[in-house]
Amino acid sequence: MMEWETVIGLEVHVQLATKTKIFSGASTAFGAAPNTQACAIDLAMPGTLPVPNEQAFRYAVMFGLAIDAEIGKCSVFERKNYFYPDLPKGYQTTQLDAPIVGPGHVEIQLADGSTKSIRIHHAHLEEDAGKSLHEDFHGMSGIDLNRAGTPLIEIVSEPDMRSSEEAVAFARKLHSIVTSLGICDGEMSQGSMRFDVNVSVRLKGTEELGTRTETKNLNSFKFMEDAIKLEVERQIDLIEEGGEVVQETRLYNGETKTARSMRSKEEANDYRYFPCPDLLPVELDDDYIDAIRQQLPELPDARQARFVEQHGLSDYDAGMLAADAATAQFFETATEQCGDAKLAANWVMGEVSAHLNNEEKGIKDSPVTALQLAGLIARIKDNTISNKIAKQVFEAMWNGEGDADAIIEAKGLKQMSDTGELEKIVDEVIAGNPAMVEDWLASDEKKRKKKMGGFMGPIMKATKGQANPGMVNQILSKKLNDML
Amino acid sequence: MHNLTIAELIKGLGNKDFSSEELTRHYLNRIQRLDGNYNSYISVTEDIALEQAQAADKRLAAGEAPALCGVPIAHKDIFCTNGVRTSCGSKMLDNFVPPYDATVVENFRNDGAVMLGKVNMDEFAMGSSNETSFYGAVKNPWDTNCVPGGSSGGSAAAVAARLAPAATATDTGGSIRQPASLCGLTGLKPTYGRVSRWGMIAFASSLDQGGPMTRTAEDAAIMLNSMASFDAKDSTCVDHELSDYTASLNDSIAGLKIGVPKEYFSEGLNPQTAERIQAAIAEYEKLGAQVQEISLPHTHLAVPAYYVIAPAECSANLSRFDGVRYGYRCEDPKDLADLYKRSRGEGFGEEVKRRIMVGAYALSAGYYDAYYRKAQQVRRLIKQDFVDAFQDVDVIMGPTATAPAFEFGAKSNDPVAMYLEDIYTIATNLAGLPGLSIPCGLVDNKPVGLQLIGNFFAEAKLLNAAHQFQLATDFHTLTAPGIE
Repeated sequence: MMEWETVIGLEVHVQLATKTKIFSGASTAFGAAPNTQACAIDLAMPGTLPVPNEQAFRYAVMFGLAIDAEIGKCSVFERKNYFYPDLPKGYQTTQLDAPIVGPGHVEIQLADGSTKSIRIHHAHLEEDAGKSLHEDFHGMSGIDLNRAGTPLIEIVSEPDMRSSEEAVAFARKLHSIVTSLGICDGEMSQGSMRFDVNVSVRLKGTEELGTRTETKNLNSFKFMEDAIKLEVERQIDLIEEGGEVVQETRLYNGETKTARSMRSKEEANDYRYFPCPDLLPVELDDDYIDAIRQQLPELPDARQARFVEQHGLSDYDAGMLAADAATAQFFETATEQCGDAKLAANWVMGEVSAHLNNEEKGIKDSPVTALQLAGLIARIKDNTISNKIAKQVFEAMWNGEGDADAIIEAKGLKQMSDTGELEKIVDEVIAGNPAMVEDWLASDEKKRKKKMGGFMGPIMKATKGQANPGMVNQILSKKLNDML
Repeated sequence: MHNLTIAELIKGLGNKDFSSEELTRHYLNRIQRLDGNYNSYISVTEDIALEQAQAADKRLAAGEAPALCGVPIAHKDIFCTNGVRTSCGSKMLDNFVPPYDATVVENFRNDGAVMLGKVNMDEFAMGSSNETSFYGAVKNPWDTNCVPGGSSGGSAAAVAARLAPAATATDTGGSIRQPASLCGLTGLKPTYGRVSRWGMIAFASSLDQGGPMTRTAEDAAIMLNSMASFDAKDSTCVDHELSDYTASLNDSIAGLKIGVPKEYFSEGLNPQTAERIQAAIAEYEKLGAQVQEISLPHTHLAVPAYYVIAPAECSANLSRFDGVRYGYRCEDPKDLADLYKRSRGEGFGEEVKRRIMVGAYALSAGYYDAYYRKAQQVRRLIKQDFVDAFQDVDVIMGPTATAPAFEFGAKSNDPVAMYLEDIYTIATNLAGLPGLSIPCGLVDNKPVGLQLIGNFFAEAKLLNAAHQFQLATDFHTLTAPGIE
C-alpha cells in the first residue's frame, strides 16, 4: 500500500472588532435588520469615497507584531475586480503586493507535546462583502449589505501543516492570538473567523507538491477538520483509482458532511488587480509601530508559561487555560480570590467548561462568575463542603440560586464535622452491619484498607452525604482497628 | 444683467441694484427661452433656485451675506445634489436621485450661491465634444453646427450663452480647459487634491478634478475660493493651505518667467491657432514677463499613457453600475448574468463601453505589465518633465486645443482623432498640476484658448497671470454672435 502525506495551507479571514467599517462610519455590530448598517459608501453610491479606519490598521499591526512579522511600512490597497450582487462596488478593496503584515510564524503544540512552527506568508487588510440570501425570496436572491465593508485581515499560511489535527491546532492558535489581542471577538458562529483550506496529497518522501484544491468558507474547527479529512480521502481515492486531482474551489456542507466542486481553475476570475486610486499608500513609521508594540497585551504562549511558573500548573492545564483570553481572565480572577490555582484550574476546565459546552455558551456568558466560583472553592478548602456537595452547589449557582454560601445555608449542605455526632453514626453503622465487620476482620491488611470503603456508603447515606469524609475515615479506621 | 461677471453681480447684489430673485428669474427665463438652441441644461431646478434666491435676499438685506450670496450658478451633472436627479449624462443614472450633496455643491450652498440647474456633459465625462451625452449633444454658442468641447460642454455652453454666470465643471484630461477654449471662456483645473471629489461621480479617480468655468480669471478666483477645501471625506484631498485666490490678482507680472514647450507647437497644431498663441505670449512679454523655450520631452507619451490609465480606472469605477441597487435595470432579467449584461449593455453608451473594455483589457492577466504598469512609469516621467521645467520657469504656456471648435460628427467615428483633442491638456492631469485656459482670440470666428500650466498649488499665480492678461486685452469680453 502506498503511504500518503497530506499538505495543508490555510487562508483565514478574521473580522476585526472595530466599531465602524474599514472605509465608512457605519456600524459593524452583528445581527441588525438587513441593510440597516449600510451607508452610502457601503452601498457604493456614485461619488462616494472610502476613508480608511485607523483602528483597523492598529489591529492589523498588533497581529503582525504578535506573530513576529515584519510590518509593511507602506501598505497599498488594491481593487480586486469581480461582479457579484453582494459586492456593491464591483471590486473588493484589498491588498496584494504590499500587505500590512509580512512573513511571520505561529507555534502550535502537537499531540505528542512537541511544538511546530507554521510559517505565515503574509496577512493583509481588506473589506468583507455583504451576504446573499437565497431562501425566502421565491427564486430571487436577497442582498444584505450590513457586513459589506467590515474590516478583515486575511492570514495566509505556508503549506506547512501535515494533518487535519495540525490544521485545527493552527486555527485554534490563531483564534487564541486574535482574541487575546482583543482584535477579534472570535465568535465563529457569527462568521468572525472563516477558514479556506488548501489541501493536496503526495507520496510520503516526495518533495513535489500535489495538485491542490481549496475548500472555502469553513466557519468552525469541527467543519474544518471534517472537510479536510473528507478531501484528503477523496484525493487519495481518486489517485489510487488512476484519476487526477483537478485544481478547483470546493464547497463543504457541514450538515450533510459532503463537498462539491464550485469552480475549476479554468473558470477562475481574472481579478484585474490594480492599486486603488481613491486611497493613498498608507505609511506607518517606527514610532507608531513601537507604540503599539509597547501596548501589546499578553499573548497566549507567554501566558501559558506564566501560569506554569506563577501558579504551578502543568503545561497542559496552563495551555488550556491560557488559550482564550476570557477563560484566562476568569481563571486568574477565581484564583486570586480563593488562593488555590489548582482547584480553580480544575473547576474552570471541569464543571465550568462542561456546562458552557453543554449550553454552547462562551465564558463571558457564564451564569457563574469567577468570583462566585472562588466563593465555592473557598468552602471546599475550609471543609465546609465536600467536593461532591460542591458539584451540587455549583449546579444551583448555575441555575441562578445565588452564591455558594447562601445555597449551602439554604439547603443545609454544610459538612458534618462534629466528632461526637460522627462517632455516634459510625457506631450505628458498625452495629448495623455485623457481616461487613466480620468480613473486614477476616481480611488481610491489604484488603482491609479497600474494604473499609464499604462502610462509607451507609455512613454517607445516614448523613445525606454531608459527613466530612476525612474525619469519617479517621474515626472508622480507629474503631475498626480497635476491634482487631 | 446676464452680461455681468460674478464680480459685478456680487457688487450689484450688495448695492441692491437688483435682487437675487430678480437675477435668478432673469436667468431662469433665459434658460427657458434660449436653451433649446444649445441643450446645455439636463435639469433646471427652478423651485430650488427661487427658494435659494429668496433666502439669499433675506441674508443680503440682513447684511450677513456670505461670499457668493444670491449669485446663480449651474452645476455639472456629475456633482451629486441631494434630492435632485444626478445623471452624469447617462441613461444609467437617468433615474438616480442622490441622498447627499457633493462637497463642492455643499461649499457653494454654504457660500450662498443659487443653483439654477444641472448642466449637460459627455456621458460619465468621457468625451471631448459633448456628443456622448444620453441627453443629446450640446451646441457651441459661437457656432451651433460645432461642438462646445467636452466633457464639460454643458458648463461651457451655458456660460458662453449667458444662461449661467458661471458653472462648475470637472477635468480628467482637459474637460474644463478644452471646452473653455472652444467656447471662449476661462476654465481652471486646480491641482489634484485641491477640490474635494466627494460626491463627484468618478471617471478616473487619480485624474479627476473639479474646477470653475467662468468668463474671467477674476470670476474663476472667486469661484475657486468657494470650491477649494480640505475634505476628510476624500482621502486624496490635500490639506494644503487655503488662500484667497483674488488677493494676488492685481500683482505685477513683470519678471514672470514663462516657459513655452517646443513640443506643444508640433505638426498637429492648427497654424492660425498657433499664431494666436504666439501673439498672446508676445502680449505677456509686453507685460514684462520673460519668455523662454523649454522642453517637455515625454509629451508625445501623454495621450497613450492616459488612454491606458483613465480607462483602467474607469473600468473599475463603473462596475458599481450593475442594475442591483440603483440606476438603470433591464426589463425582466432571466438570471444574474443577464441582469448584468443587459443593464450595463443598455444603460451605457458606446464610448463608455469602449473605455470600460479598453481598461479591463489593459488590466487583465498577461497585459498588466505591458500596459498599466508601463503607463504608470510613463506617468512618472511626464511628471518629472514638469518638475524639471518648474526649476526654471513660473508658468508654462501653450495652446489648450489644437484648433477651434469642430463640427458635429467630425471626430465622433474616429476615437483616436477625438482622443488627440486633449493632447495639450492631458499631461497636466497625469502630473496632477493646475492648468488654466483663457481666450486669446478667434480663428474662423471661433475662440481659441491659451493654456497656462502652473506648479503644484500655484493656482493663485495662474489666476494672477490670467487676470493681468485680461486687464490688457479684451478677448475674454468677446461674446458669441446672436447672444442677446
